[in-house]
Amino acid sequence: MTASSMPGRMSAGMPGGLDHAQCHTCNLVMSIPTEASGRRLGCSRCGSVVHRRKPNSLTRTWALLIAAAICYVPANVYPIMAVTSFGTTQADTILSGVVYLFVHGMWPLALIVFVASIVVPVLKLVGLTILVISVQKRSQWRPRERARLYRIVDIVGRWSMVDVYVVTILVALVHLGSLASVQAQIGSFFFGAVVVFTLLAAESFDPRLIWDLIEDDDE
Amino acid sequence: MLLIGCHECDAVVEEPMVPDGGSAICVRCGGTLFRRQRQTVEITLALSISAAILFIVANIYPFLGFELQGQVAQTTLRSGVSALWGQGRYAVSGLVFLTTMLAPAAQITVLVFVLAPIHFEWPNRGAIQAFRWLERVRAWSMMEVFLIGILVALVKLSDMADIVPGLALWAFALLIPVLAGAFAFLDAEVVWRKLESTR
Repeated sequence: MTASSMPGRMSAGMPGGLDHAQCHTCNLVMSIPTEASGRRLGCSRCGSVVHRRKPNSLTRTWALLIAAAICYVPANVYPIMAVTSFGTTQADTILSGVVYLFVHGMWPLALIVFVASIVVPVLKLVGLTILVISVQKRSQWRPRERARLYRIVDIVGRWSMVDVYVVTILVALVHLGSLASVQAQIGSFFFGAVVVFTLLAAESFDPRLIWDLIEDDDE
Repeated sequence: MLLIGCHECDAVVEEPMVPDGGSAICVRCGGTLFRRQRQTVEITLALSISAAILFIVANIYPFLGFELQGQVAQTTLRSGVSALWGQGRYAVSGLVFLTTMLAPAAQITVLVFVLAPIHFEWPNRGAIQAFRWLERVRAWSMMEVFLIGILVALVKLSDMADIVPGLALWAFALLIPVLAGAFAFLDAEVVWRKLESTR
């Protein structure tokens, strides 16, 4: 089902010095003065502050992406947990956890964890970097595909929390002294940081920036 | 005529007629504009109350038990968070608390708090404020990811010891589709219009 009318664009100024803006929270479309610099406008329906675009979207997204990229290295190098059983201790990194599942023939689960812990963080870092750079270079290249890339990054982002939860559950469940115990290691902190920073980066990016430079004649 | 906007690409369109259960898709970027739901308040409210009950069960009872050479350990959501805290992983512990306890509790509470007064026509002054928080809170509620985490932990431990699934595991397994259903049936535009009209 598609909308029957042709889309207009909010960035095109309306006569009389009015412009359209959409509330980020409740999606109400309203008219706002074109020259609204310095004034805070409230949504007439829900009261949230209204901006045409998320403020400082690219700067914030860059900052969070760089923070995530820095944390990504120790998150993968350092062990996320140490498993002690019957006196021997073995450290587990993100990657060795995936390998363990593959070796033990747990293919479906191994695939889920591989995607969640390895593919998703990389996809988020690379995908968001491509999106930010393309907007900064004022690219007109394939806006629909870039919009889809953003939706995918936004939806899959949360799944990389799986490994943090596995560590939590093992730590809570296995605490029988030297017989069997699990210690959370510093890698889990950095991995959690990567997840949080990339989630915040995806939220900071305003996908409407992709469309601001696109001519509507392709429709 | 009512204008609606695409929150992904900012195209403005006149609100199209959409049958119940159907979605409107943006002609420019392909994003979902909205899904129209009949009786959105009633169905979402019913599912939210079910989710609240399941969430309480999931929090009280252990979700996994672990048996090794006669010693038994059990874990609940809370014991996971406190075990991490006890090992000095405060930030990770806080993140797990936020995403598996605080945010899910908050989103279920907001749904019931906003929708019940609409259905029963009670006055509710804080409803608009609360509903504003829903989407933001929802982004940090990750119960379904936690369920996959339980499965992975289960497999990892299965050759080390005997694993006993607890009552909370079944509550989790039910909670996730129920909560997903609550959001699938939630037509936020309808709720906003009702909130606006009662103000």
